[in-house]
Amino acid sequence: MASFDDYDPTPREDELEAHLQTRNMVINLGPSHPATHGTVRLRLELDGETIIKMDTEVGFLHRGFQKSCENVTWTQCLPYTDRLDYVAPLQNNFGFLTAVETLIGLEIPERAKFIRVIGAELHRIFSHLTTAGALALELGGFSAFLYAIEARELITDRITELTGARLTTSYGRIGGLNRDLPSGWAEKVEKTLTKIAELAGEVDALLSRNRIFTDRTRGTGVISKDDALDFGFTGPCLRACGVDYDVRKAKPYWAYDQLDFQVPLGNNGDNFDRYFLRVLEIRESMKLIRQAFEKMPEGPVLIDDWRVALPPKEKVYGSIEGVIAHFKLVMEGVPVPPGELWHSTESANGELGWYLRSDGSGRPYKVHVRAPGFQLLSGIARMCEGRMLADLVPTFDTINMIGGEVEQ
Amino acid sequence: MSTFALDQIQAQLPQALVQRYEDRTGAPWGVVGRESMALVAQLLKQKLGFRLFLSMDAVDRLQLAPEEQHPRFEVLYFFRNLERGEHLRLKVRVDDGEEIPSIAKIYQGAAWAERFVWDFYGVVFSGGEKRRMLMYEEFVGHALRKDYPLRGRQGLIPERPLEDLYRGPGTNGADE
Repeated sequence: MASFDDYDPTPREDELEAHLQTRNMVINLGPSHPATHGTVRLRLELDGETIIKMDTEVGFLHRGFQKSCENVTWTQCLPYTDRLDYVAPLQNNFGFLTAVETLIGLEIPERAKFIRVIGAELHRIFSHLTTAGALALELGGFSAFLYAIEARELITDRITELTGARLTTSYGRIGGLNRDLPSGWAEKVEKTLTKIAELAGEVDALLSRNRIFTDRTRGTGVISKDDALDFGFTGPCLRACGVDYDVRKAKPYWAYDQLDFQVPLGNNGDNFDRYFLRVLEIRESMKLIRQAFEKMPEGPVLIDDWRVALPPKEKVYGSIEGVIAHFKLVMEGVPVPPGELWHSTESANGELGWYLRSDGSGRPYKVHVRAPGFQLLSGIARMCEGRMLADLVPTFDTINMIGGEVEQ
Repeated sequence: MSTFALDQIQAQLPQALVQRYEDRTGAPWGVVGRESMALVAQLLKQKLGFRLFLSMDAVDRLQLAPEEQHPRFEVLYFFRNLERGEHLRLKVRVDDGEEIPSIAKIYQGAAWAERFVWDFYGVVFSGGEKRRMLMYEEFVGHALRKDYPLRGRQGLIPERPLEDLYRGPGTNGADE
């Protein structure tokens, strides 16, 4: 009998080539799994470590968004839109309001447009930092995650000063905004941006040239340009494939046509490109915010039309017209004329589209939201099938699935 | 706004386009015959360059004005041509029980969207997958139909009564 020391652990050539009789194994990842965020159940059929088939099951966060909206007034829909993409609520608020304003045919004050740009871009940085941080976290890079979350919390503080809430902002009203910027806020944001640039630089330095990180993200989760278009990818995930489509450039809304910014493009359509585009977009968003502060005119932030916007409180308590306008707006809702439209804005994850239908009753007849994440998640099976199980984790992170918007 | 796509559909598939109109913002809409949807989708993707699938949904017209109530459902389709920068808005009108040919083989992104429409409105896509998207399998009915009640809850586990919701903790003298 050979002693322990004689044993040669090096496998023979034929041992390596031996065909093992294995059966495919079906495992469930989720609905709540430490390696993924969001509640989604992935049913994976595995051959060894290779994913053969992947079935994505969503709906655990379904709250009946559309049904709820159909039973309240147009203004009351606003808090529901916070909960769609809860990592970028201002973009949902403003996107919905802009769609309703387009349906009515309203032009909002110039200052409100700039404030909407600032809010939306702050939340774009917020969302991209979360994505980059969570990606680092789930690949084992905890310190990058902490830097990203520190920067994110600074934005949360500014948003709290602006809207009064950390995440459930409900900021803005049909016809503009419910309140102007707090005094001294612009200087605070400027300081915050400097700090964020520093922290985002740390995240970038920790990840973008990190050997472990690039090995895990380069060439994984690849999707071709044709497939991406076919599945309805938009936003950073589509631009990572080299398709130049950004709603802010294609159909400028608010004040984007007066501001100078670039839309960064990738070319491989892999996880690294999707991550790195977000790093670049953070810089562009900072540029946009600074420009918006510079060019922002003084003036009102809400239109002076009492059929749509609430009258000022002194008019409500001091004049009969004010009381009547206030009463009608609160009890009957904003009179949106009968009609329908499709309107879209660019949110952090892609094109946030709305189909609104009004029957003239003061309540929406139909509110369809085209959540970018829904189409992104429908394509994740294509990106993972035939690949290793370990690549699923960064792929799931870089598409940045947000349960709130996917599951409405 | 550009009507290139609708003009082309009308020229190449004259029987497919039932109606054209403009909405309040001047955007063009096309109503496509039920049977022709797959043909139209094929034309859009292969010849007209509408390669980006945007979205799909439906409208239950049960509570609209009487002349707008039939057929009952409007299924909406949104596509985009990136080169021309043109959005295309299409709709197909169907009654309860009528089937629309599935376009999931042409636009892969439509697979989930069709499941969503079936889940919430009960519109069937022939050749598509009839599986619930967001609701659970045990759910009966289609939640976004206008005749489905707002509080029509179908809990899988028994729910505790909410009578005491506003009263707060404590017995409030009920036991004394």
